[in-house]
Amino acid sequence: MTTVAIQTTLGCPSGLEPPADGTIIDPAPFVRRAGGIARLDLAVFGAKCGGCIRKIESAMAALPQMQSARLNLSTGRLSLVWTDGALIPRTITETIDKIGYRAAPFDPEAAEKESDAEGRRLIRALAVAGFATANIMLLSVSVWAGGGEMGPATRDLLHWVSGIIAVPAALYAGQTFFISAFRALKRGRANMDVPISLGVILALTISAYEFFEGGEHTYFDAAVMLLFFLLIGRYLDHRLRLRARAAARDLLALQAVTASRINSDGVLQSVSARDIEPGDRIQLAPGDRVPVDGVIEEGSSDLDMSLVTGESAPVRSSEGALLHAGVLNLTTRLIMRATKTADASLVADLTRLIEAGEQTKSRYIRLADRAAALYVPVVHTLALSTFLGWYFIGDAGFRVSIMNAVALLIITCPCALGLAAPAVQVVATGRLFRSGVLVKSGDALERLAEVDTIVFDKTGTLTFGKPRLANRDDIPQGAVAGAAALARISRHPLSRAIVSESGPGKAAPDAIEIPGEGIEGTIDGVRARLGRAAFASAPASNDASQESWLRIGDAEPVRFRFEDRKRADAADTISQLRELGLSVEMLSGDREPAAAKVAADIGVTQWRASMSPREKINYIDRLRDEGRKVAMVGDGLNDAPSLAGAHASLTPGTAVDASQAAADFVYQGDGVAPIVEAIKVARASRRRVIENFAFAALYNACAMPLAAMGLVTPLIAAVAMSGSSLIVTLNALRLAGGVRK
Amino acid sequence: MTVLVFLIPIALFLGGAGLAAFFWALRSGQFDDPKGAAERILLNDDIQDEDQDAARISR
Repeated sequence: MTTVAIQTTLGCPSGLEPPADGTIIDPAPFVRRAGGIARLDLAVFGAKCGGCIRKIESAMAALPQMQSARLNLSTGRLSLVWTDGALIPRTITETIDKIGYRAAPFDPEAAEKESDAEGRRLIRALAVAGFATANIMLLSVSVWAGGGEMGPATRDLLHWVSGIIAVPAALYAGQTFFISAFRALKRGRANMDVPISLGVILALTISAYEFFEGGEHTYFDAAVMLLFFLLIGRYLDHRLRLRARAAARDLLALQAVTASRINSDGVLQSVSARDIEPGDRIQLAPGDRVPVDGVIEEGSSDLDMSLVTGESAPVRSSEGALLHAGVLNLTTRLIMRATKTADASLVADLTRLIEAGEQTKSRYIRLADRAAALYVPVVHTLALSTFLGWYFIGDAGFRVSIMNAVALLIITCPCALGLAAPAVQVVATGRLFRSGVLVKSGDALERLAEVDTIVFDKTGTLTFGKPRLANRDDIPQGAVAGAAALARISRHPLSRAIVSESGPGKAAPDAIEIPGEGIEGTIDGVRARLGRAAFASAPASNDASQESWLRIGDAEPVRFRFEDRKRADAADTISQLRELGLSVEMLSGDREPAAAKVAADIGVTQWRASMSPREKINYIDRLRDEGRKVAMVGDGLNDAPSLAGAHASLTPGTAVDASQAAADFVYQGDGVAPIVEAIKVARASRRRVIENFAFAALYNACAMPLAAMGLVTPLIAAVAMSGSSLIVTLNALRLAGGVRK
Repeated sequence: MTVLVFLIPIALFLGGAGLAAFFWALRSGQFDDPKGAAERILLNDDIQDEDQDAARISR
């Protein structure tokens, strides 16, 4: 292997991202082969800057016969092409792991591509509509300004050019609306796209008719401008949804686990977890995740069960012990026998619970849709009565009557309504993103604004959920760095805690890990040991807290004490949440005394301990049945179903992929304070959206009578339409500045 | 007013050229990785050969 040169520093060179810990997944089943060329797409986690691109791409380029390696920083996707047979696919993920990132294979054929195509269609339609709007406006303004002096021949020429541009442009750019409206009508319903499509098509037809009759007014400009504004709203909305889908893809990456199966002839074969049958023997190297439920057949090792139970302390297990899918093997090689298929395993169970939760969520009706349900029948009735009124009562003739009805449809067309919610949500999302909160969908903001109860999981959210070095001040200078040199080769949580305290550096070259005992290696030419008290020949202590001992040569052993600290801003955040009028509760899978202590520390009075994932969901369901709107904050895989089931959910950036995929908000940083910010911004954005709807309603209330009376000309329609869209957008931008404290 | 015969086509042509340029940029993948493109400009692998690369990284 030619990767030796790159092993020295770990993770992001800028220090923005600590080395990712996780598993090495064998991507072999995901390699696509054709004509002697092998291709592989990997999702890379932890890449943040240009240095990361360089590090990852050059590490990949250094692999034998690698033809091309390109990392897309925006999507975190690494595309690799190499000469088939030149390298073992597992080397790739191992190399990425060695330089401090995490990689998971994923199916590039997945839904992502389709949604991307949708995005491209929208942006193309937007570009065409923009082009048409700008050029037709150029011609229309000449017509309006030229009023008295322009001869009919010139006017007709300008109308003719406008029509030539507008008709094909509107038919192309409006497809999204036409198709959606058609589908809705076919099911006997009306959505917002029905009046839009009707308005655009009628405007084009009437304008063409007027042009051939040599009429004074055409609405070509209005038709394309309408589409232009609406497409902006549509595109912003699509971008938000795309982000939510990308997060869901990470969950799929987690499921795309592969395993080394030991075939009956003793040959190791890398298979996808889906292909494992009960009875198969599987080899688990250190760093491998258990692919399906099973039992240990050979060996004993430390296991990290945090994905399943939420508890971070590793458990030592040996032959005969039960293994759940998702458990991480930390120290030694194990052989296990599968007892269930991937579909029947625990992770799959949790995934199903998550999906069930998401379905209840998708029944949520967004504010914009509720507005549309009110709006559509009113506008159509009014347009029809305008036509009937002018035709029968006003005796105005077919041409004038239909012209007035179309003017009403155009001027009330929901430009502002279509922009009202997406513009606000994009601004709010951007603002939250800058303060370290990732919002996964627009309606998540709406849901979070309605919340009246907030339920916290204890471990990992109110506390760090990982052991952290507690006695740094008592440890002599250099001991931490020395211990880190040994600890770097290990995946044990206590080792990870030492490494994260010490920061990036070199690993001791000859260090080896002895499972259940510790690590031995050479530091500055002296033999050193890091591990249990007995392993480092240190006195046994009767303190219950987690500890490690370091002995360098014959020197006095140094004690490293660890504890799961509560987050510094937890108590403050809880009291701020109360000020916002929320009732705060805490659920924990942990034992009662531990939960009681944390609850007392941070001032939560409502709490429950020893709860299983199922009980947590039931509890949240019960709160919902009482009519409460619950926000859930949690981080473990065991919390993921309740995250998906709650009215809104938040999870820290350190949470497992499944939780990040299930939650609506992912917040970064060491504290819980971003939750308060998220709720404030969500409430402020709800206010803005409602203001925007109120404005749109007011505008329509003024415009409709004018249009019905036949006082609206294309000039007035154009000014009113762009003016209202502008006001709605400016109102949304107010959010970017600051939220009232 | 005969000048319109030139001006309108010119205006349309310029607008159309802009539209075509945008489509070209979209198709050639220039919007695929905006974050990566912003960072890549800081990398100077094109003026280094591979040995120096490896040496730089190991430092």
